[in-house]
Amino acid sequence: MQGRAHGARRAAAIVSSGLLLTATSACGTSDDGDVELVIETFGTFGYEELLEQFEEETGITVEERVYGEVEDWNEQLTQNLAAGDGLGDVVAIEEGILLDVMQSGDSFHDLYEYGAGDMEESFLDWKWDMGHTPDGKLLGLGTDIGGMAVCYRTDYYEEAGLPSDREELSAEWETWEDFVEVGIEFSESDVDASFADTTSEFSNAIMRQSGDVMFFNEDNELIIEESESVEHAWDITGQMIENDLTAELEMWSDDWTAAIQEGAFATMPCPAWMLGQIEENAGEDSAGLWDVAEVPGNGGNWGGSWLGVPTQTDHPEEAAELAQFLTSPEGHLSAWEARNNLPSSVETLESEAVQEHTNEYFNDAPVGEIYAEGALELEPVYFGLNHFAVQQATNAEALLSWEQGQADREEAWEQAVSEAERIAE
Amino acid sequence: MSVVKSGARSRDESSPGAPREDPSPTQRERRERRSALLSRLDMRLSPYMFVSPYFIIFGTFGLFPVLFTFWISLHDWGLLTGNQGFIGLDNYVTLLSDAKFYNALGNTLGIFLLAIVPQLLLALLLADTLNRNIRLRGFFRVGVIIPYITSIAAMAIIFGQLFGRDFGLINYALETIGVGAVEWTNNRFASWTAIAVMIDWRWLGFNTLIYLAAMQAIPRDMYEAAAIDGASRLRQFAQITVPMVRPTIMFTVIISTIGQMQLFTEPVIFGRGYEGGTQGQFQTVAMLMFEEAMGRQNFGYGSAVAWSIFVLIVVFALVNVLFVSRIRSAGESERR
Repeated sequence: MQGRAHGARRAAAIVSSGLLLTATSACGTSDDGDVELVIETFGTFGYEELLEQFEEETGITVEERVYGEVEDWNEQLTQNLAAGDGLGDVVAIEEGILLDVMQSGDSFHDLYEYGAGDMEESFLDWKWDMGHTPDGKLLGLGTDIGGMAVCYRTDYYEEAGLPSDREELSAEWETWEDFVEVGIEFSESDVDASFADTTSEFSNAIMRQSGDVMFFNEDNELIIEESESVEHAWDITGQMIENDLTAELEMWSDDWTAAIQEGAFATMPCPAWMLGQIEENAGEDSAGLWDVAEVPGNGGNWGGSWLGVPTQTDHPEEAAELAQFLTSPEGHLSAWEARNNLPSSVETLESEAVQEHTNEYFNDAPVGEIYAEGALELEPVYFGLNHFAVQQATNAEALLSWEQGQADREEAWEQAVSEAERIAE
Repeated sequence: MSVVKSGARSRDESSPGAPREDPSPTQRERRERRSALLSRLDMRLSPYMFVSPYFIIFGTFGLFPVLFTFWISLHDWGLLTGNQGFIGLDNYVTLLSDAKFYNALGNTLGIFLLAIVPQLLLALLLADTLNRNIRLRGFFRVGVIIPYITSIAAMAIIFGQLFGRDFGLINYALETIGVGAVEWTNNRFASWTAIAVMIDWRWLGFNTLIYLAAMQAIPRDMYEAAAIDGASRLRQFAQITVPMVRPTIMFTVIISTIGQMQLFTEPVIFGRGYEGGTQGQFQTVAMLMFEEAMGRQNFGYGSAVAWSIFVLIVVFALVNVLFVSRIRSAGESERR
């Protein structure tokens, strides 16, 4: 349900979805007059039980259409929005596509008109804010978030003479400068592994902690060259590159997943849903080797979605009711219990079910508490239209070309700026 | 029709047994004229009716999109925001001064040469081998086409693992024999090579079978005569086989050119996205089109890129046609 992809499968999905235009039909009213709703999600939202409950309480029939990968769904969502037909009554909007969808904000109902305004209190501020269009319409209600932590290999840290206890380590790298220090110490040891996988997600995490603006100011003007948060991100990741702290891997590539399995690096950025990725890629042999520490700086987030009601629906009222039901604190709790999807509801984040949750694979780390704390600390930050396209071109591609030695700092930065300008144009 | 006649007819109707009145000369004439007209129309129109399904489908799914794409390319058009106004040829002006476009064009042509030249040569040799009396000939003939029917997803996973930098099989082999690992995605030439290998793996069998079909049309006695004259196998290949399949070779060159100008699938799989590497080192024109139109939702500019591909294909096809007619006329003058 988050911004993840599996290398080759993702590519294949891009290709096939580029070629295929799936004809889907929106739901309608059945012959006997009962309302039927369609909700479209991707990955694992953990809504099965909730939907049954909703059907029982309201007598409305709900069909869930689930897309495997977020990329498939994003492409489908965009196409059906552009076509003005074919979407479900409630649709999941992932973080990465949210601002693009905002561009056609008129294609969605303003959920304030259906009484969703009362729900503000229950959400994390930044999650609530991000669900609004530039002109103040409430387009989406928050579902899950990714949160942010750092996963690390305890055995390598021990071998390198670094603290391997998660609390000690969290205290050791309170700031990103400390984090680089730890990395340098690690790389000077004899451990046969890189300190981190790559810089790209670290740079994203750093930017988002600014509580301010990133590539765009609040008038949606590109400010990449003046932005303090971008400068900070490039400064820290630049130190990581110059000290050769990374394995120079491209995230989600086959090499990257193989490197997790082989234990070729010791540290990686770790939103809640990444835990499953690590467990899957590293396998049973590595059980207990990984642990989870707090992220340097102040909290963080990577991934998460919103639920919106497209104007294409014939039953906006019922659809809005469903969206509100699923994003209520109880809905968040149920999704957490079904799939460990980190809630964006403050109440649920503070609940015992989340706070006391531990993960066996990661040395029984109290992951619920770690992620909840990070999520509660994070200050809202302004993204701006095209943020994710710019982020991909700068923090993934340009930065990686420097990291992998294709370009020096200056060239990489020039590429970042020119691509950003091109996108923002 | 006169009142009297209609009265007569109504009487006839009341007595069904009575013989029907003969049609009047004018009516017969009219009927004959009508049937003549119909049969003329049948002769003239029905051929068009029979071929019309193709043209209707082509018009709907071929011609209309091409023209509509051109229309979009004259506008500032966002995928989600829609038409933002007419801007004339601005997108094309931008295109002509766009460094990314020239980069993509260079990549497309480079990969084209790197993939097609060895592929067609290899296909020719392979077809010649399969045309001989070798053991298990049927098996090998079927075998060459198997990659062509393999699913793209499966191919993506296999080649992604083969060309991995740190944990790929090919780099493992290269390191074992002491050559050293290759940066398959970062190095421009290496990435082109990897993509060319994927293309050739997939399309080699297709071209082989086309050549094989052409070779089987060559009369056997030519080879027998040549063999009696003492021509070696190689000489037979160079002086009988190749000249005889020359039209087919030109056909495959044209088809490959059209296909390669639209090169998209393999590099997208290879780089897992439209950007074609961190510095666009293997971004093709078709990938640029998708990146602009879908990734960055700049539909107008993406359409302009799409049209540039169309124009490029037309230009290349024309060059090919000129080339072919040159060869043909040269061949004819030789014979004279």
